[in-house]
Amino acid sequence: MSEQFEPVIIGFTCNWCSYRAADLAGTARIKYPANVRLIRLMCSGRLDPTFVLKALSSGADGVLITGCHPGECHYLEQNYKALRRYLLLKRVLAQFGIEPGRVKLVWASAAEGVKLAEEITKMVEEVRSMGPLEWPTSMNGSIHGFTTPEEMVLQEATS
Amino acid sequence: MTSNGKPKFAMYWAASCGGCEIAVLNIHEKILDVDANFEVAFWPVAMDAKYKDVEAMPDESILLTLFNGAIRNDENAHLAHLLRRKSKILVAFGSCACEGCIPALANLSPLSELFDTYYATISTDNPDGIRPQPRWEVPEGELRIPKLYPVVRTLDQVVPVDYYMPGCPPESHQIGAVIDLVVQVLQGKAELPPLGTVIGAGGSTVCDECKRTRNVKHISKIDRIQNVKLDPEVCILEQGVMCAGPATRNGCDARCPTAGSPCIGCYGPADGVVDYGARLMTAIASVIDSKNPQEIEAVLDGIPDPAGMFYRFNLAGSLLRASKAAWESK
Amino acid sequence: MSEKIGVYVCHCGTNIAGTVDVVNVAHWAEEQLKHRGVVIARDYKFMCSSLGQELIEKDIQELGLTRVIVSACSPHLHETTFRNACARAGLNPYLCELVSIREQCSWVHTDGTAATEKAKAIISGGVERVHHNEALEPLHVPIHPSTLVVGGGIAGIQAALELADAGFQVCLVEREPSIGGHMAQFDKTFPTLDCSACILTPKMVQVGSHPNITLYTWSEVERVDGYVGNFTVTIRKKARYVNTDTCTGCGICWEKCPKKVVDNVFEAGLGKRKAIYTPFPQSVPKYPVIDVENCIYFERGKCKACQIFCPTEPNSINFEQEDELIQLEVGNIILATGYDLFDSKRIPQYGYGRLSNVFTSLEFERMCNASGPTEGKIVLRDGKTVPKTVAIVHCVGSRDENYNEYCSAICCMQSLKFAHLVMERTDAEVYNCYIDLRTPAKGYEEFYRRVLEEGGHFIRGKVAEVTDSARFPDEEGKLIVQVEDTLIGKQRRIPVDMVILSAGLEPRHDAKEVAHLFGISCSADGWFIEKHPKLDPVATMTEGIFIAGVVQGPKDIPASVAQGAAASARVLGRIQQGEIALEPIRASVIEEKCSGCRICNDLCPFNAILFHEDRMVSEINPALCQGCGTCVAACPAGAIVGTAFSNEQILAQIEGLLLINLQSPSRVLA
Repeated sequence: MSEQFEPVIIGFTCNWCSYRAADLAGTARIKYPANVRLIRLMCSGRLDPTFVLKALSSGADGVLITGCHPGECHYLEQNYKALRRYLLLKRVLAQFGIEPGRVKLVWASAAEGVKLAEEITKMVEEVRSMGPLEWPTSMNGSIHGFTTPEEMVLQEATS
Repeated sequence: MTSNGKPKFAMYWAASCGGCEIAVLNIHEKILDVDANFEVAFWPVAMDAKYKDVEAMPDESILLTLFNGAIRNDENAHLAHLLRRKSKILVAFGSCACEGCIPALANLSPLSELFDTYYATISTDNPDGIRPQPRWEVPEGELRIPKLYPVVRTLDQVVPVDYYMPGCPPESHQIGAVIDLVVQVLQGKAELPPLGTVIGAGGSTVCDECKRTRNVKHISKIDRIQNVKLDPEVCILEQGVMCAGPATRNGCDARCPTAGSPCIGCYGPADGVVDYGARLMTAIASVIDSKNPQEIEAVLDGIPDPAGMFYRFNLAGSLLRASKAAWESK
Repeated sequence: MSEKIGVYVCHCGTNIAGTVDVVNVAHWAEEQLKHRGVVIARDYKFMCSSLGQELIEKDIQELGLTRVIVSACSPHLHETTFRNACARAGLNPYLCELVSIREQCSWVHTDGTAATEKAKAIISGGVERVHHNEALEPLHVPIHPSTLVVGGGIAGIQAALELADAGFQVCLVEREPSIGGHMAQFDKTFPTLDCSACILTPKMVQVGSHPNITLYTWSEVERVDGYVGNFTVTIRKKARYVNTDTCTGCGICWEKCPKKVVDNVFEAGLGKRKAIYTPFPQSVPKYPVIDVENCIYFERGKCKACQIFCPTEPNSINFEQEDELIQLEVGNIILATGYDLFDSKRIPQYGYGRLSNVFTSLEFERMCNASGPTEGKIVLRDGKTVPKTVAIVHCVGSRDENYNEYCSAICCMQSLKFAHLVMERTDAEVYNCYIDLRTPAKGYEEFYRRVLEEGGHFIRGKVAEVTDSARFPDEEGKLIVQVEDTLIGKQRRIPVDMVILSAGLEPRHDAKEVAHLFGISCSADGWFIEKHPKLDPVATMTEGIFIAGVVQGPKDIPASVAQGAAASARVLGRIQQGEIALEPIRASVIEEKCSGCRICNDLCPFNAILFHEDRMVSEINPALCQGCGTCVAACPAGAIVGTAFSNEQILAQIEGLLLINLQSPSRVLA
């Protein structure tokens, strides 16, 4: 039983392109590590930064955002909105001390099962080398240092 | 109940600036309604009292406590727990208690960096490099000061909270409205809203109350207010200056945009929003007028401190709450 | 927890069970997720079988299930199957979710333990999500019985005729002055060697005279608004400068016109036309157009020969005519806009454009055509000399990483046809230089045998170069085709008089803009994307828009005709039903929460978001909304909600996937 750290990565896919690419990887039996757990959205434009923050603060070690290639979005242009949000979110996450490699944006068309599998494999190794995120608000990084009244010792600050 | 039969009222300030207290006093003659209907049991800014007096009160003997200020140190936490025990209704009053407000911006830095800023800059006269200690022996005994937590917290991250009144400070007319409601409840003429409700604020966002004209949004640049001559009739965001109005709860009469200043978000998120900063981020980013990554980055360069900008008042109440370095500080 | 959730874990034979311990997963779900509302968890060999579905139906009825999670294959395969099963048992179908533990788990992971753990997490995510599912009803919209067909080639003609013969109104829009498309340019069609015009023109005439078809040629679609069943289309009918009410098509005007122009469209640059012209003699409609850029009158104000000689009373030439904008309502749209030929100049080593006797396939078609510039005679560029040797180069611009990777499907058969025609009309030796010979359909392989028997030479090798630089005496004055003959393993230099390049098919140069106009997408190559490459080749992802013919990808005439007929059959089905049920995945604005900030207003490419100035709120038209959710994610006030992919559902799914629900009651904040 390996003791190596197994990251957990939440992946967001879009129904028309990247989710189908993931399905294609499945039908073609292309292998990739089991560390990514996918969520299906209708479009990468549905990606709310809240989802990324929720995943990171709830125990995920990384987040993979996928969608159709620019110019090929099934809903015409919505992947550009995802791109804009991602570029801003990256800057904010950097200020929170979250390494840039933990949140990644990848474009994959419905035909690119191989590419998606490769990107997933690459990301898993990158996040593995960064180590667990263990955000303190998640279950596996429990909130520490905040005490209950019984442990308080205090004296009047005023005389 | 007290000797004069009136229900007890308390107001406490944790890590705050005192502005909320002033806002309460700013309700002018309505303060007489407070006096008429309540006995002020504990209000450090206005009258003298000791913590042990509060500890001596029976549990739930204070009807209404307005708790403002964030939880920065263990004294704040102690009072939060104490007042929760002693109060029937505990209101997180003001942005600090609701979401962390300005004190919570410290959550982007570890304590060591904060102490460096307080005690070790070029202009600080501290030749022996003294840092504050939580305990210090003196001939008369041991002195203690409250211990700082590494991360600032909101009131409801420490104790269950009954109602929230957002704002930095909550606008006086809103405080007046809440006092009217409470008086009506005392007189049996009205019902309290469901527990957990945000009171003294609107159900939409600041744009709802802003009188400026609004067009379809396309952002091609973001600049600082001193670099733009703002047209007072037109939406501030459309003129290339960050305005948090679209994501910020209304109730303040859009005071700041009316006065020519962009909304900075002190009333916090709209109803049902999980993370305020995420909402403001997604709104601004979605309408950046470019499909080209380099161009988009150039627009974003107009916000040099995005975490501070988007979480100015809401950092402690956000999903991530603090930077990794802050969480891990000793 | 008031929900009663049933979890069904499919073995899918060994597809899932071979890697994931499905029995263990089902037990785990029943025990560990009991506090989350799971009342029953079953595993079964094939959930999609009727017995499997009955398990679900029985549990719904007997246990009063309020939510169902099936963990099996991809929702793209069986989501409808299980939703229908729930509907039969009386549970709203949208309260059922299918989570994939096959394509996304058992089929892609080798470590059985890790795959089993991941399957548990996936089911946990589904359970948390389904708590927040709402009972939804599809949206019903009426279907207008008229149809728009864009593109008057053989696919568009077929589609229009089928619809019109069924008794419904069709509007056929064609960009060129006549319908017919590329098929009108050909001489003979493979493998029957039918004369192309002979089989095409009867259909064209039918279209021109059909009472149910309104034909707009020399026209383009400028704007499309609306949604399936209710499109409003704006067509620009370009000025012909000819009054079609009085013109009889007598042809005197183009006879008398003094200005000759190289015809780069219909004659593929091989022949000429006049400044006032119809593309070919059998044009439908018969009315000519004036080519404004080459007309002497429009250039300098002189001439007017066409007007002077026009015999009709009143005169049919009208130099003041203007473009007309026509608006119409249709229920469905079929796009059959065809292809452009690969530009052989992009392969300089083949010498097209530089060496005069290198011809493209379309040029050669025009040459062979009896009403073409050489009256059907196969001659060199000088117009007189009959070639004694001809080389036909396959795969020009196709099957090539440097240009287009795909195979253009028709060029092998076309090349064989050219070989046959050359051998029929001349005594020339013909060399076909090919990579593979693709002759799949009915009669195709037999046609290849025929050409072999007729004496065609076949060289298996991709032509490296066509040059006029002679190295040996017998190459003087000839074109030399340099090719490796891979079957004999030798380089060959073949001196020929004429080279024909079987150029590949490419999407129209403005394919991406056209796709955008109609709200559909193109692949990276530029072909329009079908709904499903195997099972739904004529529908697109956008309801109400269909595609037919080469616009969907290279294919021959029978396949284009079949697709044109298929698309019209789909449209007829819709028209017959009178209304269509749209998936209830859409967004809506909660008016009380909307502050009128207008951030959302320009985010919708389907123009579904309106702004009410009087109330200062935004609103979403549910029929136009395609359900992408971009506005839901963008609204700063959280005032826009999306069904089927709501914030609550997704945030809960994240918690479930991370197994937070196991450790404490769900802390979903939404």
